Amino acid sequence: MHDYLLSLLIWLPIAAGIVVLLLGERNIVAGRWISLIATLATLALCVPLWRDFNTHTAAYQFVEKAAWIPRFHAYYALGVDGISMPLIVLTALMTIPVVIAAWNVINARPAQYYASFLIMEGLMIGVFAATDALLFYFFWEAMLIPMFLIIGIWGGPRRVYATIKFFLYTFLGSVFMLAALIYMYVKCGSYSIAAFQALPLTLTEQRWIFAAFLIAFAVKVPMWPVHTWLPDAHVEAPTGGSVILAAIMLKMGGYGFLRFALPIAPDACRHLYFLIVVLSLIAVIYIGFVALVQQDMKKLIAYSSIAHMGFVTLGIFLVYAILSNTGSTHGAAMGMDGAMVQMVSHGLISGALFLCVGVLYDRMHSRQIADYGGVVNTMPVFAGFMVLFALANTGLPGTSGFVGEFLVILASFKANFWYSALAALTLILAAAYTLWLVKRVVFGPVGNDRVAKLTDLNGREFLILGALAVVVLLVGIWPAPLLKVMGPSIQHLVHQAVATKIPA
Amino acid sequence: MNPQLLIAIPLAPLVAAVIAGLVGRYIGRAATHTITIAGVALSCGLSLYMQWLIYWGHVPGFDGPVYTWLVSDGVHMQVGFLIDRLTTLMMSVVTFVSLCVHVYTIGYMRDDPGYTRFFSYISLFTFGMLMLVMANNFMQLFFGWEAVGVVSYLLIGFWYTRPSAIFANLKAFLVNRVGDLGFIIGIAALFSYTHSLSYQAAFAAAPHLAQQTLPVFGGVNALTLICICLFIGAMGKSAQVPLHVWLPDSMEGPTPISALIHAATMVTAGVFMVARMSPLFEYSSTALSFVLVIGATNALFMGILGVINNDIKRVIAYSTLSQLGYMVAALGASAYAAGIFHLMTHAGFKALLFLAAGSVIIAMHHEQDMRKMGGLGKYMPITAATCWVGGLALVAFPFFSGYYSKDAIIEAVGLSHRWGSTYAYWCLLLGAYVTSLYTFRLLFMTFHGEERFRHVRAEHDGHGGHDAHGGHGVHEPRENPLVVTLPLIALAIPSLILGYLTVGKVLYGNYFGSAIMVLPQHNVLARMAHDYHGPFELGLRGFLSVPFALVVAGLVTAWLFVLKRPQWADAAAVKFAWLKRILDQKYYFDWFNEQVLARLARGVGFGLWKVGDQGLIDGALVNGTAKTVGGVGGVVRRVQSGYLYSYAFWIVIGLAALLGWFLLHA
Repeated sequence: MHDYLLSLLIWLPIAAGIVVLLLGERNIVAGRWISLIATLATLALCVPLWRDFNTHTAAYQFVEKAAWIPRFHAYYALGVDGISMPLIVLTALMTIPVVIAAWNVINARPAQYYASFLIMEGLMIGVFAATDALLFYFFWEAMLIPMFLIIGIWGGPRRVYATIKFFLYTFLGSVFMLAALIYMYVKCGSYSIAAFQALPLTLTEQRWIFAAFLIAFAVKVPMWPVHTWLPDAHVEAPTGGSVILAAIMLKMGGYGFLRFALPIAPDACRHLYFLIVVLSLIAVIYIGFVALVQQDMKKLIAYSSIAHMGFVTLGIFLVYAILSNTGSTHGAAMGMDGAMVQMVSHGLISGALFLCVGVLYDRMHSRQIADYGGVVNTMPVFAGFMVLFALANTGLPGTSGFVGEFLVILASFKANFWYSALAALTLILAAAYTLWLVKRVVFGPVGNDRVAKLTDLNGREFLILGALAVVVLLVGIWPAPLLKVMGPSIQHLVHQAVATKIPA
Repeated sequence: MNPQLLIAIPLAPLVAAVIAGLVGRYIGRAATHTITIAGVALSCGLSLYMQWLIYWGHVPGFDGPVYTWLVSDGVHMQVGFLIDRLTTLMMSVVTFVSLCVHVYTIGYMRDDPGYTRFFSYISLFTFGMLMLVMANNFMQLFFGWEAVGVVSYLLIGFWYTRPSAIFANLKAFLVNRVGDLGFIIGIAALFSYTHSLSYQAAFAAAPHLAQQTLPVFGGVNALTLICICLFIGAMGKSAQVPLHVWLPDSMEGPTPISALIHAATMVTAGVFMVARMSPLFEYSSTALSFVLVIGATNALFMGILGVINNDIKRVIAYSTLSQLGYMVAALGASAYAAGIFHLMTHAGFKALLFLAAGSVIIAMHHEQDMRKMGGLGKYMPITAATCWVGGLALVAFPFFSGYYSKDAIIEAVGLSHRWGSTYAYWCLLLGAYVTSLYTFRLLFMTFHGEERFRHVRAEHDGHGGHDAHGGHGVHEPRENPLVVTLPLIALAIPSLILGYLTVGKVLYGNYFGSAIMVLPQHNVLARMAHDYHGPFELGLRGFLSVPFALVVAGLVTAWLFVLKRPQWADAAAVKFAWLKRILDQKYYFDWFNEQVLARLARGVGFGLWKVGDQGLIDGALVNGTAKTVGGVGGVVRRVQSGYLYSYAFWIVIGLAALLGWFLLHA
């Protein structure tokens, strides 16, 4: 089975999605169960993936290779290393709550809704599993279509504006990346990512390629100042769309930096790292302040996502800052470890927070903070979960939110006192915007009659929030296995990131 | 020492907290409090046993990992314990006070609908506090640090329908986070030099770090920066000026947690941490001077605020701020043992005072204003007597526990030659008068004099729903049942005799051994030890000391202004109106934080959002482009019949076309 495990992970949900689509809206009961079983089966497939993953090598594992478009030497080539594997597991994990959360809630074209998410799950796993750049690009672009439909069909009142914005940003970014990939294909005659990583490039070439990657990945992360699509997309997206957007799609940007930008254009990264560090710190601080004054719960969490993703880009590019400050890469892997853990953790926590907002929205049909107040009085169990995830969002030790931020803050001190000090401002800012939200929504006397009529979590909602709470706590209390999986790949990446590729 | 037994100490309250939190509502109140009390009693027993083993059994301590939290870049971050004399003393103090508070809670929270939740929280707190004091590395220290902060947040906001409570808990969390910012930077700075998070590595590196310069702020001593950053963390947790503002407001929480968290244990975490880090602080006189000045300032100026307050809990809260200042000042004078000794005695008598205040509050049907009390001693003899014991310990009356610790601090600071020690000495000395003034004022206003509760109709509505026995109309206050008074008596005993019994060992007998490091040239306690001839002689000497004269002066002043000539107090308030305004405004710290800082943060956020995001980025860049594309989209919409399918459709077509074009021209 290991010879085609990754293919199974990709195509099982896609096949299930097509089946659900074909069954149509009339057979939605069957469609629902097929969706649930397919997502659970996909997660089950992650068990052998995790269990049989060799944690002592940085090489690609579970590799598959078949001819795809022979004329362009493009292969259907798959494989995972310590960087992509945890993200695949995260994808498989986070699709399940989306399916369960939609159970009795999505009534307009539910079959298409489930199908979109199932197909998207397969495509997203494909993005992380592809080791051929053209295949990667195929998944990368194809993944946008279901998300586009999800926001466009099941979205809120301003969904057209949001979708156009979303489309413009992400598509423009991708086009430049495609140009860079084709340029390198022309140079080396292969679309293999490994070949791109080995390809010698002059500094000028690397700068152009880096610029192309930066545009593509910065939009996805999203980094300041190309972040404004995210709050709009989140606000208009249905709950499931927000969960996937925050939990998985944002990670594509971080993954792109790790897989493409650093190993392919290391010299350019070394020259331009300061730009990324500054943009990351702006994301943490500027966006932290912006999050503070949001009136809409989803917008607030969206801005919080941008701030948290600032730690990802900071952690990734610390390697160059540490190198320039200390002359060695000692401590650089910690920054990248932190970035990776932060990606996984943010996927869990932001996903959970969007689900929490979804729980409230399903009942009150409002995302405005001002419409709530004293929810704890009528929904004590929900309040418990909301407070837990909010605290995790503030980076509380013992939850997953702490691990990545802690590692990045520790590593950044090696680079520069101010990086560390400014990044650590998130301790105050994240606490301020998150707990102020909790204060206004959850605590206090019953805010109005509609809050007074709220009913607490049902079994379905309890199940998904409870499961996510367990994972968030588990990663916070014992992150060692996650770090162990990533270890060799990160070490390898640090070597790649600082080795010059300029032809002698 | 058996590691399994050690793990059981924090785990017992954790397990109890989880049970109480998850299934407390199903298993009922009695089962909940039985389980949590059993958990805490177990860890209290084990803690005392460990202390006995280490001190009398001469068992070597324990310093080792429990499990590996993570490995990153070759650095092993572990959860582990460091058990020595300092740790075991703290463990005993924490678990003993926690046990008393658990029992007391049965009575205090009897009518509260959140009964099981409350027990879950206080057990969880005990777990967090134990993890904090037992840590052998900075990661775990920070974990415990934040864990107790969170439980404190949850408990201050325990009555979550009260706006004042949920304001206070947010404030407490944010102010603590400001301290944590310093704390984590200090940890990161240490880590950047030692590549390890263990205490051992940090302590070993201290002399070397003292020679290093960090290129920030034009070059500062690395160790000084580290120590000051760590101390900023302590300033948050131990409520030192200017990060003290959260503690008085934390009185919004139920009284048992005011005793446990905001008097005896959590707020002393900063004091403990600095003592624990004595091998670092000792090498930075600059940092210690900073500590000394901050502590002494707190001791005097926060005490003064206690004099004018009329809320019985807030007076004790200001007293806690002041006493924490004494402890911190002791640390700053390198008299770490005196700081910890005062921490220990203070934990007993301050928890006692809070619980006694709570007892009064129950009897007064959740009235906290001392102006509506008076003469309660007659009706509540046990509460009054134990409260007097606590009060006398607080003012450092000779032979009471507080005397041995507090006068030692004043003397130690007087002997210190550190920069700032003269200022600190005068602050602490005047603080003795202030302490005496607010303590006796509290005792007189509450337990003696006119029975003012007869005049006021109970016009308030107590806890707004929580006060199930909210009595209206006047009926005489009664002494509380045994679950309330027993913890009072249990805490009164150490307030009476603990100092007498332990001063010789803890303060002058090198009790802490290697757990606390003091350089010989800073060791003021060793100099004081020459004059020590037993606790009895020391107690007698107290009657002739300057601080005692100040205590008597405070007593007389309080008696005059409260009992003999109450009208003098009003006259003074009129005459010194400007001073009273400053004090009523609590030196304008809250005003500054709320009117300047909080407003500024919201203004900055709003400005960045409206001008930066919506104006510049969206307005100028994105929507300009979007309008162009929107026009094109409009054309497409006219061609196609659907709305959104058309977009998706065109993406796919366009993508394929672009892809083909690129590929063919490649």
